[in-house]
Amino acid sequence: MNSTLLLGTRKGFIAYRWKNGRWQIENCSFEGVPVSIAYADPRNGTWWASLDHGHWGVKLHRSKDRGTSWEEVAAPAFPEGEEVKDGVPATTRYIWSMAHGGKNSFSKLWIGTDPGGMFVSEDGGSSFQLVESLWRHPTRKEGWFGGGRDLPGIHSIVVDTRNEDHIHIGISCAGVFETVDGGKTWEVRNKGLHADFLPNPDSEVGHDPHILVAAPTHPDILWQQNHCGIFRSTDGARNWQDVSQPEGPARFGFAIAVADDNPDQAWVVPANSDLNRTAIKGALCICRTDNGGKSWKELRKGLPQENCFDIVYRHALAASGDRMAFGTTTGNLFFSPDRGESWQTINNYLPMVHSVQFAD
Amino acid sequence: MPTVKFTYALKRFFPGLKNTPVKGSTLAEVIDEMEALYPGVRSYVLDDQHSLRQHVNIFIDGAIIKDRRALSDPFAENSEVYIMQALSGG
Repeated sequence: MNSTLLLGTRKGFIAYRWKNGRWQIENCSFEGVPVSIAYADPRNGTWWASLDHGHWGVKLHRSKDRGTSWEEVAAPAFPEGEEVKDGVPATTRYIWSMAHGGKNSFSKLWIGTDPGGMFVSEDGGSSFQLVESLWRHPTRKEGWFGGGRDLPGIHSIVVDTRNEDHIHIGISCAGVFETVDGGKTWEVRNKGLHADFLPNPDSEVGHDPHILVAAPTHPDILWQQNHCGIFRSTDGARNWQDVSQPEGPARFGFAIAVADDNPDQAWVVPANSDLNRTAIKGALCICRTDNGGKSWKELRKGLPQENCFDIVYRHALAASGDRMAFGTTTGNLFFSPDRGESWQTINNYLPMVHSVQFAD
Repeated sequence: MPTVKFTYALKRFFPGLKNTPVKGSTLAEVIDEMEALYPGVRSYVLDDQHSLRQHVNIFIDGAIIKDRRALSDPFAENSEVYIMQALSGG
C-alpha cells in the first residue's frame, strides 16, 4: 500500500515509485495544468486526476495503466437551473475530494466539490450524479459559506469500512455531516466544535473543518484539523473534543493524518495563526500524538529549521504504515520511514503541492 | 457560411480542431455543431449552466460578445466567430 506516491500539484500530476531504496519519478502527466486531487483507487489501481483548468473548467481523467494513457470522463456537473444561492448559478468550480464507495460497492465513487455539491458514480466513474438530498439540505443555502475557497466546498469524504452506507463528510464552511443510509438523509455533526470567527461560535453550522479523517481500524474515531483547533471524536462525530495545545504549536494548520493501525496516533503540520499562514518561526515541524491528543511531540529531524515559509495543504500529508510523506506550498516534498521521527527530502523544486497519497 | 476559429490553446485538448464553417444561426447552435464534430469541446467553452466560462471569450468579427449567459449575440452569413481564452496566471 505504500510503494507509490501520487501528487496533485499546481503544475501537473506526478507519481513517484520506491525503487532501489529511493523515490524515483515514474510518471508526470498534464504538465502545466493544476491538479486539485491525484487519487488512486485501492480497489482496482485506477489513477484519477482532477484538473482545474483556469480557463476551460474542471475536468476529470482516469488511467488504468499507471499514467501511460489517460481517458477523459465527464466531470461532475450540476443539473440545469441549480443555484448555489438565489441568483448564483451552480457550476462545478473545483473537485476537492474523492473517495471510493467501499469494497462491496465496487463501481461506486464519491466526489466533493466547490460549490458544495457532492456527486456519486455508480458506474466506476464514467458518469456522476448530484447527491440531491445533501444539495437540498435545509442548512445549505443560508448556512454554508466559503472558507478556503470563495464558495462552500466538500473536501473530506470518509466512508465507514464496516458499513459503506455510513459516511461522514467535511465542508468548509458548514462543518461535519453524516449519513447512515448511503446519502439519502444527512445529519449535522458539529457538537463540541467552536467557530471562533462566527458571531455565535457554537452555531449548528458554519464550522470550518479543514480536513476530516477516521482511523481505518476504528471508524468511530474521527479527527479533524479545524480552523479553530484540532478536534477528536470517539463516538462517530456525535461529540467533538478539542485536543489542541492551547499555546501551540499543535493548534492551527490544514492537514491531519491518522495511523492506519492505531486510532490514538495522529500527525498535524502546525502553521502560524490563520492571519499569517506561514511556518512557525520560519521552521517546519510535524506534531505527533500517540495518546489520542492528550500530548503532542514535535518532530523536526531532517526538516528545515530556518528561513522557511512552507505550509502544508489539507490533502498533502499522508501516512501508510511506518511511512509518511508531505508536500508543501513552496514545492518541497518530504518522506519519513519511521512515523515522522526523521525526514528526508525527496524534492525541493516542485510546484505547489495540493495532494499526496500513498498507493500500491 | 460563418466560420468558427479557435485559440491554439484548445488544440492541446482537441488536436483535430480547425477552422470550421457552420450552419447554425445562433451561437448556442454553433457550439452544438462544434460538440458534434469535436466531442467534449462544449464543456471546455460553456459551464454547467450553459453560460460562457468566466475566462473564455467569443469574438464575432473582432468584437467580444455581450451576452455571455444566453449567447444571443447575432452574426452574419460571412461572420468569423473566434473562441479564445483570457490570458492570465503564471
